[in-house]
Amino acid sequence: MVEGNFSVSQRITLRRRRAVASILAPRGDALLVTGLGSTTWDAFAHGDHDLNFYTWGGMGGAAMIGLGLAIAQTKRRVVVLTGDGEMLMGLGSLATIGVQRAANLAVVVIDNERYGETGQQETHTHFGVSIAGVGLASGFRDAVTAYTRAQLNDAIDLIYDGQGPVLAVVKVRPESEPLTLPDRDGPYLKGRFREALLGRASGP
Amino acid sequence: MAKTSAVDWPKQLYQLLVREKVTQVAYVPDAGHKRLIELCRARRSMRCIPLTSEEEGVALLAGAWLGGARGVLLMQSSGVGNCINMLGMIQECRFPLLVLVTMRGEWGEFNPWQVPMGQATESVLENAGVIVQRADEAERVVETVQSAWRLAYDAYRAVAVLVSQRVIGAKAFK
Repeated sequence: MVEGNFSVSQRITLRRRRAVASILAPRGDALLVTGLGSTTWDAFAHGDHDLNFYTWGGMGGAAMIGLGLAIAQTKRRVVVLTGDGEMLMGLGSLATIGVQRAANLAVVVIDNERYGETGQQETHTHFGVSIAGVGLASGFRDAVTAYTRAQLNDAIDLIYDGQGPVLAVVKVRPESEPLTLPDRDGPYLKGRFREALLGRASGP
Repeated sequence: MAKTSAVDWPKQLYQLLVREKVTQVAYVPDAGHKRLIELCRARRSMRCIPLTSEEEGVALLAGAWLGGARGVLLMQSSGVGNCINMLGMIQECRFPLLVLVTMRGEWGEFNPWQVPMGQATESVLENAGVIVQRADEAERVVETVQSAWRLAYDAYRAVAVLVSQRVIGAKAFK
């Protein structure tokens, strides 16, 4: 397992849709927040779910949405599934999360080292910046980078069973996948999530 | 001349947050919020979350609302500029939001670097879809925040209360 490693030399072989399917298969009753762009399409491709809060904006905020949700719902597992570009825009939030020691929070970064929606430009992770390294330095209880199927399987255990906050960065090939787009109506996504979580009388 | 006000508005705000069952208090600390932050930190039912940048608090409170929790975001006017894009999500999704902003750059300010954002705060917030209310006297702070609270959590709006530098500057508590 590569932990916090400032490395540019490992081969990337994992495919994103298969990786995300593996990550989401055991979710059970975990609450899911997805970062804008590719990871939102990935999550929707696996299957829609009322307890998926998809974001189509607010870049840099996905992990913090997860933290607020995790603090509000301490008995539920909260998973944030986002991309490297979105996570890089919110790097400071890793420090905020680390300080809060949210035991039920897992942040998962699908790291293709690219900005997927804007022309596949390389992100900072392509040049060696380790998001997992930042997580470890920020106080996450564990933070790993997975390059192989075996490492991914270990990361999945961490995501659901590790005492949080935990961070799993999954390196995937920079491929374009079919655009599977969920609903983009913000009030609807918010309302259905709250209704599924809190019950019908919860209001908007 | 500063009014010798005996109004302990931070304590009044704290009591309001207790009444309204706030469980998440997000902040980048400001001198004007020092006492309120201390009071909230001493209360076990309130989780106080220091932020590395104010925009984190906007996203945090959206997540809190998804989870059924009510919160408040504390910042200085200089932090408002850090929140703009994230406020777009608040507007799009109609998340309730209450921001308490202590003002700089408007009343007896000595630091010129505070003036641009201080002067821009109100219009920037309004352009970002946030209703702005002002409290220019210590005696009016808690009633203004109570009103803003209702707008936020009964009328499902994003609201900011700007606490004037005149209030912060004047010694408002013993």
